[in-house]
Amino acid sequence: MKSCLVVDDSRVVRKVTCRIVADLGFSTSEAEDGVTALEACRGHMPDVILLDWSMPNMTGIEFLRALRRERDGERPVVVFCTTENDIAHITEALGAGANEYIMKPFDRGIIEAKLAEVGLV
Amino acid sequence: MKAADVSYLSEMLRRRAGLSIANAKSRLIETRLAPVMRRFGFKDAGALVAELRNGHDALARAVTEAMTINESSFFRDRAGFARFQETILPDILRHRERTRRLRIWCAACASGQEAYSIAMILQDMKLRAGGWTIDIVATDISSEMIARAEQGLYSHFEVQRGLPIRRLVENFTQEGAGWRIGESLRRMVTFRQFNLLDSYGWLEDIDAVFCCNVLIYFDNKTKAGVLDRMAEVLGPDGYLILGPVETANGHSSEFVPAKDMPGVFVKARRVPLRAAV
Repeated sequence: MKSCLVVDDSRVVRKVTCRIVADLGFSTSEAEDGVTALEACRGHMPDVILLDWSMPNMTGIEFLRALRRERDGERPVVVFCTTENDIAHITEALGAGANEYIMKPFDRGIIEAKLAEVGLV
Repeated sequence: MKAADVSYLSEMLRRRAGLSIANAKSRLIETRLAPVMRRFGFKDAGALVAELRNGHDALARAVTEAMTINESSFFRDRAGFARFQETILPDILRHRERTRRLRIWCAACASGQEAYSIAMILQDMKLRAGGWTIDIVATDISSEMIARAEQGLYSHFEVQRGLPIRRLVENFTQEGAGWRIGESLRRMVTFRQFNLLDSYGWLEDIDAVFCCNVLIYFDNKTKAGVLDRMAEVLGPDGYLILGPVETANGHSSEFVPAKDMPGVFVKARRVPLRAAV
C-alpha cells in the first residue's frame, strides 16, 4: 500500500484530505506544519506528500526545499495543495521540485486526477 | 412528466439529433430541461412540451442542446491521448510528409477541452515551424458550447482535471477566477456549430476524427449513418478515434479496429497492415 503524508495547518483540511486519499487506497499520516512533516519524513519517507503552502513554523516551500536535501528526499512525489493559486507561486513550487499542484478549493475528483497525473492511481 | 410528453420529446430528439433517450428517467429529463424552462418562462415540463407541439423551433433547438451531454475535460482518456501522440500521429505524419497538411476533426467538442488538448500535443511537436499546415476543426450541436469553447476560458475546477500543472502554466493565462487558453493554441482550432445528422459536405480529407463517447447516445440506425459519413470524409489513411469502450463493429462495414488500440478504427479498405488481425 502506498503511503501519503498530508501536511496542512488546518485540522479539518487534513481530515478531509486523508479520508479522500484513504478511499483511493493510500495509508495516511498527518503533519500540521513543515517542521513536523520533516521529522515524520526522517522516520518514514512517504510515497506522496500533499502539502499546504502557508503554515506556521516552516512554510510548504521551505519544507519542500529542505526535503529535497534530505537523504532519499528526492523520492516522494510532492503535490502542493494550497490557496496560493497564482502563476508566480506555481512556478516557484515547480522550481523547488514540486511534482504537481492542486489549487484550493479542491474535491475528490481533482485529488484523484492529480494523483493519476503523477502515476500513483 | 406524462408518458405522452416523454414520448413526444424522445421522438423529437431522435429526429433532430439522433439522440436516444428511451431509457432516460423522467426526473433526469426535467433536470436537464430546467434551464430551458426558466429561459422561456415555462412553469413545468408539460407546458414546455405543449409549446414544442405547436412547432416552436427556437425552443426545440434549445431543448435539443440542453439534452446533449456536455461533459468534457482536458486529456480525457489519458491512454487514448498517449496512443494518439505516440502511434497514430507519427503514422499520419508519415503519410502526409509530401503535402505537410494535417486536418483533425473533433466531432462533438463540447466546451473545447479535447480540441485544445490536441492543439497542445501538436504545438509541442513544433510542426508549424517545420512547414506544416494544421487545421483542427471542432464541432458541437450546441451553439452555447461552441461559444464557450471559442472563449477558451475555464474554471479553476476544469483546468485541474486531466491537465498537468506544467501545461497550465505554459499554455494558459490567469483571468479573474478563471484560466484562458493561450492565443497561439486558440488560433489552431476552428469551432463551428454542427449537427452530426446534417450534411458533411464541407468536411473532406480528414486525417483523424475524434468522436469520443458520442455514439452511445445514438440509436443504431443513426450510429450507422454517422459512421458511414465519417468514413466518407476521412482520408484513406485516416483514423477514427472513439471512446475506449466504444466500437464501430456491427454498425458500419466501413471501419475495422486498429491493432492494439481500443476504440480506434481505420478504414476497412485500407491496407490490412494496421488493422487488427
